[in-house]
Amino acid sequence: MTPQPPSTVDPLSFSTHPAYAGLYPAPGADEPPAFFPAKISRADSEHLDALEAQSIFLIREAFHFFKNICMPWSMGKDSNVLIWLSKKAFCGHIPYPLLHIDTTYEFPEMIQYREWAVQHHALKLIVKINEDARAGRGDYAARGQIGYDTTDPVTVTHELKTVALQQVMAEHKWDALITGIRRDEDPTRAKERYFSPRTKDFEWDYKDQPPEFWNQFTTSCAPGEHVRVQALLDWSERDIWLYIQREGIPIPKMYFAREAQDGKRYRFRSLGCWPISGPVESDADSIDKIIDELAVTKTSERAGRAQDHHERNAMQKLRAKGFM
Amino acid sequence: MTSVSASSLSATPNQDQQRLKVVFVGHVDHGKSTLIGRIFYDTKSLPDGKVEQIQKACREEGMEFEYAFLLDALLEEQEQNITIDTTQIQFKTEKRPYVIIDAPGHKEFLKNMITGAASADAAVLLIAANEGVREQSRRHGYLLSLLGIKQVVVAVNKMDLVGFSEETFRAVVAEYEAFLSQIGLEARTFVPISAKNGLNVALKAPAEMPWYQGPTITDMLDTFESPKTLEELPLRFPVQDVYRFDERRIIAGRIESGTLKVGDRLVFSPNNKTSVVASIERWNAPQSGTAVAGESVGITLTEQIFVERGHVASQEVDAPIESTRFKANLFWMGKRNLQVGERYKLKLTTQELDCELVSIDRLIDASTLEVIDGRTHIAKNDVAEITVQTRAPLVMDNHDRLPVMGRFILLEDRQVGGGGIIFGGTYTDRNKIKSENIFWSEGAVTAARRNLRNGHRGGVVWLTGLSGSGKSTLSRALERELFNIGMHTYVLDGDNIRHGLNSNLGFSPEDRVENIRRVAEVAKLMADSGLVVITAFISPYRVDRLRAREVALEGGCEFVEVYVNAPLEVCEQRDPKSLYKKARAGEIAEFTGISAPYEAPLGAEIEVKTDVLSLEESVAAVVEHLRPLLRPDPTPEI
Repeated sequence: MTPQPPSTVDPLSFSTHPAYAGLYPAPGADEPPAFFPAKISRADSEHLDALEAQSIFLIREAFHFFKNICMPWSMGKDSNVLIWLSKKAFCGHIPYPLLHIDTTYEFPEMIQYREWAVQHHALKLIVKINEDARAGRGDYAARGQIGYDTTDPVTVTHELKTVALQQVMAEHKWDALITGIRRDEDPTRAKERYFSPRTKDFEWDYKDQPPEFWNQFTTSCAPGEHVRVQALLDWSERDIWLYIQREGIPIPKMYFAREAQDGKRYRFRSLGCWPISGPVESDADSIDKIIDELAVTKTSERAGRAQDHHERNAMQKLRAKGFM
Repeated sequence: MTSVSASSLSATPNQDQQRLKVVFVGHVDHGKSTLIGRIFYDTKSLPDGKVEQIQKACREEGMEFEYAFLLDALLEEQEQNITIDTTQIQFKTEKRPYVIIDAPGHKEFLKNMITGAASADAAVLLIAANEGVREQSRRHGYLLSLLGIKQVVVAVNKMDLVGFSEETFRAVVAEYEAFLSQIGLEARTFVPISAKNGLNVALKAPAEMPWYQGPTITDMLDTFESPKTLEELPLRFPVQDVYRFDERRIIAGRIESGTLKVGDRLVFSPNNKTSVVASIERWNAPQSGTAVAGESVGITLTEQIFVERGHVASQEVDAPIESTRFKANLFWMGKRNLQVGERYKLKLTTQELDCELVSIDRLIDASTLEVIDGRTHIAKNDVAEITVQTRAPLVMDNHDRLPVMGRFILLEDRQVGGGGIIFGGTYTDRNKIKSENIFWSEGAVTAARRNLRNGHRGGVVWLTGLSGSGKSTLSRALERELFNIGMHTYVLDGDNIRHGLNSNLGFSPEDRVENIRRVAEVAKLMADSGLVVITAFISPYRVDRLRAREVALEGGCEFVEVYVNAPLEVCEQRDPKSLYKKARAGEIAEFTGISAPYEAPLGAEIEVKTDVLSLEESVAAVVEHLRPLLRPDPTPEI
């Protein structure tokens, strides 16, 4: 065993962190860093085989056609399914690096989870922070620090996620990114292709997308451009949960209900930066309960994400500029 | 029609969870997005507050609320009020979940319609009752039939605009049924609807249309069958990649049809090598010695034969077709025209090959079904029956037998430019080929194999004629033309022969004979290597040319003698190198036509009168004669 670097996370400090000042309380200091679901294969999950096979096919196509490839990893449920599918595609290996765009607004237990997952899955992980934006230096000297306390959420999302991605891509020159976006998340994502080209400036020309059918894709790009390979496009939120449960995929604990000070119970449906992520009221403390909850819910998955709703068509504007 | 509750889910565990993909097509503005929006509304498949949110947005922008806005989420679409790209979105009825594919109706957006429709299991085709059958109604119906989508329901929309007239409905039905019967497609039924008012969408409309007692649109969706399992069909396992992990060589791919078991002897096409499945590799999955259609797996083999991406594994019986030439129905969406004689990149499953469009056998106007005559190109949005020649053997099936192996795409630059459906290919008995020990991967590299690789046979095109008759000009133009249509070609002339190989020869009769003898031998060698060699020498003596012909034919190469004929006076007038002038002045001895004889060919394959024909016409005459001669045998005996 190679000696591990000391953890940057102190579970004892969680309870006083501002991320937990809202409705969702901090975990106990002695809780394990990840949730391991019991493996249960529900009778209504047979369609997962076809989804899994198509995703593996897409990931293998991406790996074949692009030589310099990376898999962004937000640590959320979809991201962890992507890790799993990569291991399925390559017999337990992940032959490309993962990328975490760290906004510095991560929940502390997510950083704890990150350190755990790197060890558990033997990940090659690149962590990228747009340091200049956070410090208000370099290109940001005139504008000052970019953060949720000073700037609107759409701008923060753009600077700390999309611009950070541009910076790290300029450095590594990846020609393809394997992403975990799904058609059911958002109307603009419903129009996505499996292999979706992006220009040098990360622009998505959704008005003139290349044809894509019979599993033949846009499998090359000009230097400086890249292709997003969207391996989970056909999956629904419910499919993701059914699959996590069927496979027993370890995930962060924040998807499960914790009791708030108001006596009600809350959980996160979608994980993001703590200042703009809101939990939903829920009793779901198991994957079975989450799946049952999804069957009757009529609120959208990203309802708790402030940047999507800041203005009309905010999501479209973010995505046209390169947001995932 | 309500969304399924948690309790009903667990109460009906056998409920069909496989999503049925339904594409919505039809002429622009015939109401596709409105119908889809209405289906979502009526089946209560929308998130809370979505309708209110869009109603509010409409009020703010002074627009009337439309159900279409539920789908047309992009800003541009709302502004233009048309759907610009294919959208996939899920909803469910009590019976099962669906993926709805919204395909745009604008002609220029055909690629999006195909992108959407190509993966559909069923289709709803809309025709507005007030406008009737339009160009795109027919074109989309034709494309559905081409894509092999057989489950089709026709929604006759906007019945409210024609006073719910049964007569109007019947007229649309009659006209469109007649069209569909021409293309061998039969609609399951025609439903008169008003999407805007939700009539016969999910709820019946006895008050407005008492004359119609048939099913609603959602009733019809529930009658469609789920895609059939492909496990019972012959095995097709296209190799996606070969990985080396932990010292094991894993052949990765998706089983497109059939079943594969440990211990099965597989044959890999096109190189026809066989090996036995040693293991089926899956990560974190239950151990099983069987893998079936649809699964993405890896396998290892007992014997390490050469296998690479693009090879297709099958069982020894029921192997796929392997050919370099086939017929297909093609739809083209590229920006540039497809030209006969041009080369394109073709992809079929994981195979990627160069191919040539050999001929357009039938060009059809997809909306009128009229045959268009006399075009040598296929334009954007055309549908054509074509013949294709590939550079190397393509592994395929006829589409009606095994759709996944019977469809290919052609690339334009980096993008998919069009798609084709293969038909009429003949299956050969692989065991017979094997027993006769003639599969091509094992024998010597023969001319036939070279021809297969090059896409044409080698040959000698022997130009003969007086000095100044136009041999050099014709040879260069011919070379350029052959090169442009993808042939491997080279010119031998005085410039590159006399200065090197034959630099020790002069112009005496003996030296002239030796000069031509060497040229004939070199031309034969080059033709045998697969080139189309064009020689441009006066070669005045019949006997020399006859020997050149015999040398070539003995070497198994085609020989085409071209008499480049221009009257002496014309040649002398042209006199590009002032040789005639010098000959007349006595400065050159034994000059053909002046002081030495020229024996005109008696049995030349082609005579080109360069004083009558233009250069273009001369080239065309030669190429026209040459092309059929140089086609490789489609099933070469090797």
